[in-house]
Amino acid sequence: MTEKHHIIPVWFFVGLLLLVYGVLIFITGLAQWSSPPADVQLTELHAPVWWGGLLTVLGALYLYMFRPDKSA
Amino acid sequence: MTPLPAMFVAARLVRLSAVDLGIIAIYFVLVLVIGFYLKRFATTGEDFFLAGREMTAWVAGLAFVSANLGSLELLGWAGNAYQYGIMAAHWYWIGAIPAMVFLGLVMMPFYYISRTHSVPGYLKLRYGTEASALSAITFAFMTILMSGVNMYAMAVVMQVVLGWNLHFSIIVSSLTVGVYVAAGGLFSAIFNEVLQFFLIWFGALLVPILGLIETGGWSGMVARIHQNFPGQDFTHMWAPMSSPEKNPMGVYWIAIVFGLGAVQSMGYWTTDFLVVQRVLSAKDVRSAKLAPIIGSFFKMAVPLIVILPGLLGRAVLPWHLVPGNQAQPGQFKYDDVLPLMLARYCGPGLMGLGITALVAGFMAGMAGNVSAFATVWTYDIYRPYLRKDAPDSHYVTMGRWCTMIGLFVSIGTAYLVQYNKSMMDYVQALFGFFIAPLFGTVLLGMLWKRVTRMAGFWGLLAGVLSSVTIFLLMKFDERWVRVFALSPVAQPLAQAMWQAMWACITCVVVTVLVTLVTKPRPDQELVGLVYSLTERAREENVSWVHRPVVWGVLALAALVILQIIFW
Repeated sequence: MTEKHHIIPVWFFVGLLLLVYGVLIFITGLAQWSSPPADVQLTELHAPVWWGGLLTVLGALYLYMFRPDKSA
Repeated sequence: MTPLPAMFVAARLVRLSAVDLGIIAIYFVLVLVIGFYLKRFATTGEDFFLAGREMTAWVAGLAFVSANLGSLELLGWAGNAYQYGIMAAHWYWIGAIPAMVFLGLVMMPFYYISRTHSVPGYLKLRYGTEASALSAITFAFMTILMSGVNMYAMAVVMQVVLGWNLHFSIIVSSLTVGVYVAAGGLFSAIFNEVLQFFLIWFGALLVPILGLIETGGWSGMVARIHQNFPGQDFTHMWAPMSSPEKNPMGVYWIAIVFGLGAVQSMGYWTTDFLVVQRVLSAKDVRSAKLAPIIGSFFKMAVPLIVILPGLLGRAVLPWHLVPGNQAQPGQFKYDDVLPLMLARYCGPGLMGLGITALVAGFMAGMAGNVSAFATVWTYDIYRPYLRKDAPDSHYVTMGRWCTMIGLFVSIGTAYLVQYNKSMMDYVQALFGFFIAPLFGTVLLGMLWKRVTRMAGFWGLLAGVLSSVTIFLLMKFDERWVRVFALSPVAQPLAQAMWQAMWACITCVVVTVLVTLVTKPRPDQELVGLVYSLTERAREENVSWVHRPVVWGVLALAALVILQIIFW
């Protein structure tokens, strides 16, 4: 990110957070597949599964593209 | 409309699962880790207060938008969208985009070329100490109050949604922000703002997506709103503004165009140091010009996650929300609409992400306030008036200390907000007091070399005083609303627009009059500070895709198209 300081790019941290959250939400969605929470609307769409999957893919992509050894 | 279900009358809206709590905890741990990681890089004053002036246009641009995506944005404007309809989007479009483009193309070169560290710093170079001191002190005051607003808003959400203790929420979040900003300075604030930007989008975007699926798209949502609220127009932006009586805000289009678009938003986006500081961290002039324009495209999209949930609330929630000052036990306020919509669509996991997005928004707002406060206090108040000529390391230490002290002071101010009618009204009043006249002072100083030192000071002071006077008159005697807002039905947001416009006009008139009877500074002292005496960077050798002006024009074109679509 910088010339003066060799700081790990902020995008790497973004990827890390998205990846961790994506995996957690994806797994939670799978666990709820057959018994979704009763007080939530549109559970038949299984939003946690595809939203968690999206976060996982994006997070992994950012993590790979902006890994510290590449930017050093 | 059905009575409020018993489940929502309980002390909390939702109960978080273990995975939700884990998601929130991971966020707190990561921002602290980033803060301590960046501490080693924030060693000089330029590092701590301006992030080394080495951010790319994208990082500076996202931080620029994210610093503004605080609690007020997420909750206050979702609540305003529920209350006023899509007219609330004016604050994101005409009330932001032209000002952001103007900042990038016109004003940013002066801020950047003058190598100033802050907006009061520019005033000191252009006008001298009087206007600079007035600006620095009022900004510091406003920043502390804004920080208090953020804290209170966050704590209320935690109380409503999770049943958490108000004081616990304030202390934990503010200490976290204080630690990571004190450690890494603006580096830390900007890194976390970019992180928070992604969190807010991914945490909140599911609400409009699922909401539109439930209602059958935009037309289905509009039909449901008309069915639930017959005879009221919540889905047009300009059509209902031919008369104040025809729209829920009680406002003429003139106030939106001139009060909001030409004064309020210009004042906020071009002279509020909280947001300008992010752009000053850019690595060169072109990045500094591009950053706010990049930010403008994202700003244009924010209504998706803020305004649309408010409208969807009108369409799908089975009860009416009420104004904050009229809420009875068991009723929810306008500002609760976003948490209510989150609870409607988000189960375990997604709820944790949504709550983390809200907390991230609150913390971005707080971090923005304290980092800007630390810079203005240290460079514009402490250094010139209390301790000149200290080593650079002394000012960095001072910046770290006043980050924490500023937070503690703003914790106290958080409780003041409870006594105000509405969070947004409160903040708009503050904008009107300080920001609108400041815009007049800065703009005249940049564009007219004749403006004198004392004209800058007296113009700014007159603008602030007129703003406070108008605010108090309208607040305590409704007859003055007809006088200043040109309509007896003008709502607080409309009153604030008129107040800003009158304050800016007062500032400009007084500045011009004083200029005409005082002696101007020699031209050679104003090189790099005034338009006619500053050599602008030429961009003939830059490809069109990298030219800020191209993207600025595209942003304005997109703005026009949006106005036509939602006319």
